[in-house]
Amino acid sequence: MAMDSGAPRESFRLSMLLYDSRYRSLTIQIFAFFVLMFGAAWLVYNTKTNLEALGKPFGFDFLWATSGYDIAQRPIEYSSTSTHARAAVVGLLNTLILAVMACATATVLGVAAGVLRLSNNWIISKLMTIYIETFRNVPVLIWIIVVSAVMSESMPAPSAFRGDDPAASMILFDSMAFTNRGVYVPGPLFATDLGAMFGMSDLGTGLNWLLIIAVLAVAFVINKAMLANATKVQNATGTRPVTWWKSLALFLVPLIVVLVALGFHLEYPELRGFNFSGGIQMRNSLLAMWIGLSIYTAAFIAEIVRAGILAISKGQTEAAFALGLQPNRTMRLVILPQALRVIVPPLISQFLNITKNTSLGLAVGYMDLRSTLGGITINQTGRELEGMLLMMLIYLAISLIISTVMNMYNNRVKLKER
Amino acid sequence: MSDTHAQTVPYVRETMLPQQEPPSSQVGAVKWMRENLFNGAISTVLTLLSLAAILFFGYELLPWLANSVWNASSLSECRQILDGATGACWAVIRVNWLQLMFGFYPPELYWRPILAFVMLAVAVAPVLFPSAPRQLLGFSVVYPFIAVWLLWGGPIWGVTVAAMGFVLGYVALRALTSRGLLIQTIAAVAVALIWWLFLAGPVADVLSSALPLAIEPVPSREFGGFMISVVIGVAGIALSLPLGILFALGRQSTMPIIKWISVTFIEFIRGVPLITLLFTASLLLNYFLPPGTNFDLILRVIIMVTLFATAYMAEVIRGGLAALPRGQYEAADALGLDYWKAQRLIIMPQALKISIPGIVNTFIGLFKDTTLVVFIGILDPIGRASAIRATSDWQGVYWELFIFIGAVFWVFCFGMSRYSMHLERRLKTDHR
Repeated sequence: MAMDSGAPRESFRLSMLLYDSRYRSLTIQIFAFFVLMFGAAWLVYNTKTNLEALGKPFGFDFLWATSGYDIAQRPIEYSSTSTHARAAVVGLLNTLILAVMACATATVLGVAAGVLRLSNNWIISKLMTIYIETFRNVPVLIWIIVVSAVMSESMPAPSAFRGDDPAASMILFDSMAFTNRGVYVPGPLFATDLGAMFGMSDLGTGLNWLLIIAVLAVAFVINKAMLANATKVQNATGTRPVTWWKSLALFLVPLIVVLVALGFHLEYPELRGFNFSGGIQMRNSLLAMWIGLSIYTAAFIAEIVRAGILAISKGQTEAAFALGLQPNRTMRLVILPQALRVIVPPLISQFLNITKNTSLGLAVGYMDLRSTLGGITINQTGRELEGMLLMMLIYLAISLIISTVMNMYNNRVKLKER
Repeated sequence: MSDTHAQTVPYVRETMLPQQEPPSSQVGAVKWMRENLFNGAISTVLTLLSLAAILFFGYELLPWLANSVWNASSLSECRQILDGATGACWAVIRVNWLQLMFGFYPPELYWRPILAFVMLAVAVAPVLFPSAPRQLLGFSVVYPFIAVWLLWGGPIWGVTVAAMGFVLGYVALRALTSRGLLIQTIAAVAVALIWWLFLAGPVADVLSSALPLAIEPVPSREFGGFMISVVIGVAGIALSLPLGILFALGRQSTMPIIKWISVTFIEFIRGVPLITLLFTASLLLNYFLPPGTNFDLILRVIIMVTLFATAYMAEVIRGGLAALPRGQYEAADALGLDYWKAQRLIIMPQALKISIPGIVNTFIGLFKDTTLVVFIGILDPIGRASAIRATSDWQGVYWELFIFIGAVFWVFCFGMSRYSMHLERRLKTDHR
């Protein structure tokens, strides 16, 4: 039996493209597509004509030319004879270092401020309210510049540390020095360099760190297995074996063995001539960016954490108390897992904001991706188009990676709804 | 009976005791402090730490504020007056505050931005407060053109023909009511574009030669200070909300091409820092436009800031749309409303209400982000502050300048966030 829809089939008329909702969406889309293509073609044509008029070919070969400029903070080997591409990588690493540091401190500060604002201690909750409202209503650029100005204008010069009766002195058993050129802290050094031993000296001490990370990772896996076993024993017998000292030993003993074997020691900053040398110099630019971004974003994270905790109804706490759970267990087992569901998504966007705001490094001369690839390289080579394009794509890639990773985490903590 | 009683019970109180005061630890300030400041060991430690912090800041700040110097022409003069004591040198604000407000705008024309801002207050009043007279909404519509004319000056015909484009588009929209919304929209946009691209220029020229009604023009490079922040901020706020709604709808659309255009736009803009967009506006726009085109830097910045805020706004509004129960969409369909009627009458009023906090947060973020224009050479307050700090008179001054600038931003942003809370309360219709 043939299926018949009943209604007579209307023959197609041109006006149906506009008035029939079956075809209208198609018309709109094709129209939008053509407008978009026309616009894109227009832009590309203009760009091409303009580039030809200026006599600039389009290409990325400028990346392999000698950069000719220095970068103060370089996590990998770099000099002014290196290529622009390497300068861009240095800038990218600086961006990432700053982003990771700022995300970590902002989270710690933000969680602390958010929890304290909810505390039933009147004075601390009021202080935290003042902190949050002050910091999130003033542009982050102002905070960065203020921190930078304070560091460079009110800290003593390295020369103040000289002489028998110095005007300034190092703190924490002569291990740290706050100067107007930055903060000097002890740096880790190894007596044995695995990289040199295996003929991969261009990795620096990378191989040593890799070994340490590997040892810790193995310890982590064994620890997890041990804890799982403890749970199994607990389920079978009702008593949980004591594990804390085993865990501690599992992490500490191999680590100490490896560190001693590699000859790990700290190098302290020392005043030599007019400046400090040795250790790690944390430049003003890095500190200003780090502190500025952290305290600003922490104010936002504090509000996110507070909203997350407030979103959990009081009944949950009361139910946990009724079950006989202690306050800290109530927090850990009942409130926090539920609050995390509310907290994590906006927290992700704060991490993205921090990463994007690292591009403000320009204000204090922090050599991030924007200042190397998008700044000096562009100025020196005159390749604005390619440089900006590459930089935007890199930022886009970082953002997408962060949001993907954090979304995976979010999928793990979120309530499994069916 | 009373005897036995007296023997078994040695003493029975026969009168009621007067009510006693509660113990001193359970009343007044002591009780409050026990409950709010010293309830537990951690709390006590926190209280003591807070007190120490407050005392420290008070000890550092109060003399600094108390010894404020308001009249001096340079930092060295300030220090002379202070004579070794610690003190704030607010004179730097007093000397430079006109520059911090207006940049290099010609001093004899300050009345124009001031008038524009006073009129801004009148124009936004009907939008913000339902108690303001509704007739003012007409003024809100024409205000942008008046403001542009007042701020940039020049012949009045420039903004008039620009406004005419909107009027003509609207006329086309009304004239074709019977032909359906799609035709109407296309015709309105086409008419307006043709007017702006081909007719507006000659007409403006003819009109200005026929009737030269002009005030002194002020080029964009003379704009600066808080004026520029407010101009960019207000323009960005006014433009990003409608565009954001469009992109949010586009992202929710069932039409794949429209959806992918919206998603690509939103995700690209949200993935890159604003500063790269601003540099694109200042460095690259000349590549993308036909040779010889050159348009105003402030206009470019406004476009970029608007696009940036639009992407965030679209996501905020999409959140509101997603939070709306499906039943609302279905009810609108069941009533037979078409797409735009359903959006206008059912969906948007509720979705926008849900997303008020996010929308206002985006506005606040946009206003704070106007400080980034300093990187492309626009002398906003931070740019002015850096210039002031670079002069020999005021070298070494920073707290006073940044406290002043920060305080102004704080007032604007805090005001916006309080207004959003007020709006949420006003529009609250559920009974929770």
